[in-house]
Amino acid sequence: MNQQQKRQREMQEEYRELIQEIKPKPPVLRNCILAFTVGGLICLVGQIFLHLYSTQGLGVKEARAATAATMIFLGALLTGLGIYDVIGKYGGAGSIVPITGFANSIVAPAMEFKREGFIFGVGARIFTTAGPVLVYGFLISVLIGIIYYLVH
Amino acid sequence: MGSKVGQHSISFSRPPVITVGTTIVGPIEGKGPLAQTFDWILEDLLFGEKSWEKAERKMLQESAKLALKKRNLQEQDVDFFLAGDLLNQTVSSNYAARCLGIPFWGLFGACATFVEAMLLGSMIIDGGFASKVLLAASSHHNTAERQFRFPTEQGNQRPMTSQWTVTGSGALLLEDNGEGPRITLGTVGKVVDLGISDVNNMGAAMAPAAASTLISHFQDTGTGPNSYDLILTGDLGKVGREVLKELLKKRGYLVEDNLNDCGLLIYDLEKQDMHAGGSGCGCCAVVFSGLLLSQLREKQFHKVLLVATGALMSPAIVQQGETIPGIAHAVVIESG
Amino acid sequence: MKFLLAFLVGGAICTIGQLLMDLTRSSITPAHILVGYVTGGAILSALGLYQPLVDLGGAGAVIPLSGFGHSLAQGAIEAARIKGLLGAFSGGLEATAVGIAAAVVFGYVMAVIFNPRG
Repeated sequence: MNQQQKRQREMQEEYRELIQEIKPKPPVLRNCILAFTVGGLICLVGQIFLHLYSTQGLGVKEARAATAATMIFLGALLTGLGIYDVIGKYGGAGSIVPITGFANSIVAPAMEFKREGFIFGVGARIFTTAGPVLVYGFLISVLIGIIYYLVH
Repeated sequence: MGSKVGQHSISFSRPPVITVGTTIVGPIEGKGPLAQTFDWILEDLLFGEKSWEKAERKMLQESAKLALKKRNLQEQDVDFFLAGDLLNQTVSSNYAARCLGIPFWGLFGACATFVEAMLLGSMIIDGGFASKVLLAASSHHNTAERQFRFPTEQGNQRPMTSQWTVTGSGALLLEDNGEGPRITLGTVGKVVDLGISDVNNMGAAMAPAAASTLISHFQDTGTGPNSYDLILTGDLGKVGREVLKELLKKRGYLVEDNLNDCGLLIYDLEKQDMHAGGSGCGCCAVVFSGLLLSQLREKQFHKVLLVATGALMSPAIVQQGETIPGIAHAVVIESG
Repeated sequence: MKFLLAFLVGGAICTIGQLLMDLTRSSITPAHILVGYVTGGAILSALGLYQPLVDLGGAGAVIPLSGFGHSLAQGAIEAARIKGLLGAFSGGLEATAVGIAAAVVFGYVMAVIFNPRG
């Protein structure tokens, strides 16, 4: 039994090496340049809104919140129009990491599972990716708050 | 009656005839290099239905009906209907069978389903249990994506090893006599797993199964790669094909010019940006029922070994840390 | 200048994500990246390392999801300072309430209006 398992593991290891050799490498440099450009441009648009809201007399925090909400709206709209997945194909992490990508990950499953109804379709699937983000976000936030409270 | 050959293979004494083949594909496949060989190219992925699942079901149903129509048959003239697809509970096939009303076997062999159906259909006919068997397999890019990977509108990057699930359905009518290419031999595959867990590299998960089935086939039948005009794999894609060649070489079988893959034939990989190629039950089904069947009829090929490969992948099980097993079934088709 | 810095800082933060996706295990999905950025941003923020990035890059540090983590952490810390233990629980949610409500409302509306094209 042990002998057999060992042989199996050796075969798998050997096979994995073969795959690493044969499989096409991702074009890392090209992907990074695209991610940098797309991510940078999205943040630039964010900066324009931030500037607009600040000069309209909103405080720092309010302006930031309004900017975040605006970018979420844009990300959600572009997903609905079927444009965001095309941006994502080229932008990679450049379109996943900004808050517009968070909006995309909310709308994409919700829209796609609408055919399964408004409770188990839209309502449940809307949190497919957003759920884990919020869960871990809140956990870490409360943890940080408690640690701060205990230390001070 | 047929008999078992060697450990894994079956030889048919009255080889069933493939009298009709039909194909329906989606718009992207319709823009590919095989456009001329398809019976019906859909204008959009919904096929007039309200959901992609319903569209896939209709595709499978219509390809089966078209096969009957081409041969001027009614549903009751066919003894059995064998079909499979990629969706949970093989829903496309079940609902197509509900509409057709022919005694039905639902099959699942992932992307190897089409050849699984050819093998079983041939055994049923050669065994004398039927004179006409209808078989079909389908896949749909969007139903597969959302079941196995991400929602289609999610903006994620597909890695270079990923394959594009073919939207299409192919159907064949097998008969105990008539004119046309014949299925003379078959090899039943074993489930093989060499520890791949990358859901974006199906080719690597399936290649060991293809190698295993091919080697069994060569050993059982006393043939070799050169005994065939063409060895056509189902949907190994670019990566899987290279891996298969490498695995066969290690076992002393050199395969070069006569090896091709349905997943590489169906798209123009460069122009259509399909990364490693096509995949899905429909891939092998439409390439064989369209292009290959006409080439066999025109005797461009005399003896073809069709090896469909399936990655037996379940997202939930892979998330639990399991690897992805593969399976491959083979049939020999002679132009007759 | 502010705009250029937003572009550069935002671009750099996204490039780190691309490297994570391209160079690590294949099982890294967008969901892993997003969760990683939120928790990573919150931890950096608690250590006082994220605020300088926001001062430098403006929206370039706020718009990436690490900025969301930053808001969560700063909200919790500030509320804990003023209201004590209860604040540690409420602060993060309060600071990000606009964004989360916007995500649910806009997400829902778009999902209802539009259909996926595939």
